[in-house]
Amino acid sequence: MQVLIGIAGKDFVLTAADTTTARSIVVMKHGEDKSRLLNKHNLLLYTGEPGDTVQFAEYIQCNIKLYEIRNGLELGTSACASFVRKQMAESLRSRGPYNVNYLIAGASKKGEPELYWGDYLAASQKMPFAAQGYAAYFVMSTMDRYWRPDLSLEEARVLLQKCLDELKTRFIGNLPEFLIKVVDKDGVRIIA
Amino acid sequence: MSYNGGCLIGMRGKNCVAIASDRRFGVQALGLTTEFQKIFPVNDKICYGLAGLGTDVQTLSEKFTFKTNMYKLNEEREIGVKTFAHLVSSTLYEKRFGPYYAEPVIVGIEKDGKPFICSMDLIGCINFAEDFVVTGTASEQLYGMCEALWEPELEAEDLFETISQAMLSATNRDALSGWGGVVTVITPDKIITRTLKGRSD
Repeated sequence: MQVLIGIAGKDFVLTAADTTTARSIVVMKHGEDKSRLLNKHNLLLYTGEPGDTVQFAEYIQCNIKLYEIRNGLELGTSACASFVRKQMAESLRSRGPYNVNYLIAGASKKGEPELYWGDYLAASQKMPFAAQGYAAYFVMSTMDRYWRPDLSLEEARVLLQKCLDELKTRFIGNLPEFLIKVVDKDGVRIIA
Repeated sequence: MSYNGGCLIGMRGKNCVAIASDRRFGVQALGLTTEFQKIFPVNDKICYGLAGLGTDVQTLSEKFTFKTNMYKLNEEREIGVKTFAHLVSSTLYEKRFGPYYAEPVIVGIEKDGKPFICSMDLIGCINFAEDFVVTGTASEQLYGMCEALWEPELEAEDLFETISQAMLSATNRDALSGWGGVVTVITPDKIITRTLKGRSD
C-alpha cells in the first residue's frame, strides 16, 4: 500500500511519499515521514518491511555521514546510490536480508538532478521518473505520457498532481495525505 | 531468472565478433526502464554480457571490473578473452550451491587475432561455440533466429545486420525482453557500439 514517487526536473527532483503507517486493516499513524536525509543534497525514501526500513535507512544515513567526516567530502548522488546498492546486495545473501525498496533523490551543487530506483533484491537504476509500490502500476504510464526533460517546478507539481489523482481514482487503497519534498542545489525542503 | 527479463546474443564472424542485448528492465509484468545495461566492456578486445536477475547482473559486473583491474595491476598486461572466460566460470562455480542468477555471454578477439565467443550457464559451465551463443528469457526464440540467419565468415557490417535482425525478431516474441537493443561489434582495430530502435511494446 505504501507509495513513493519521484520526478526529476530541470535542476531539482520532486518526491512524494504517502504518510500512512498501517498494519493489516488498522491505520496506526498519519504524518509519517518515509525519508532520511543522507547529506545536504541527497534524500533516501523507503518502503517495505517495517523495522527493516528505518534500520536500513538510518544505517545508510550514518555511514554517509561518516564518509563525510572522514573525507571532508559530500558524496554525490551516484556514489550514494552505488553505496546503497552494494549494502543491499551484501545483505541479500546474508542471514537476514533487508526487505526495503527505495528511491534516492539528489541534486549536485551545480543543480544536476538524479533519481535512482532500487529494490529489495539490490537492483538499481537511474531513472528520469520512478515509483515504488503498487503506485508504479498506475503512475508510470501517466509519467511516460507527460514527463519531459527540463520540467520546471510548477510543471512537475502539475504532473505529480496528475499522478496522485490517478491513484485517488483507480487505486483501492486510501492514501489521504502525501509528504512532498523538493531536492535541489539549495538542499531539501518540504512543499505543500 | 525471468523476474527482470532480458537476453543476449554473441556471434562470430570473419576476424570480428558481435554481442547484442535488449534494453528492458522490469519487475515481472511491469516494465520500468529502457536503459538497463547488460553488456560491459573489459578492454578494447573483450566484451561480456549478463542476462538474468538484475541485481546479480549489477553485482557480477562490479566484481568483474574489480577482478580485471586487479589482473591488470598484478600481471601488467591485458587479460586474454579465454582467460577472462575462465575467470567468469570460476567466479560463478564458487557459488555452486547458492548461485548468481545470471548467464553470461563473452565475446572477444584473442591476442593472435582469432575471434572467440562463448556462453555459460549460471554455475559456470562454458559453452565454446563456433557460430553463435544465446542466453536469456528469449533464448529459444534467439536460437531459432540465429540458426536461420547466421552464416560463416560474415564481415563486420554484415555481422551487425545479422545479429540485429535476430535480436529484434526474437525479442518481439518475448514479453520480458525488448524495448530496444544494443549491439557492440569488435574488430582487430575498432570497437563500435550502436543502439537499435525496436518496438516499444
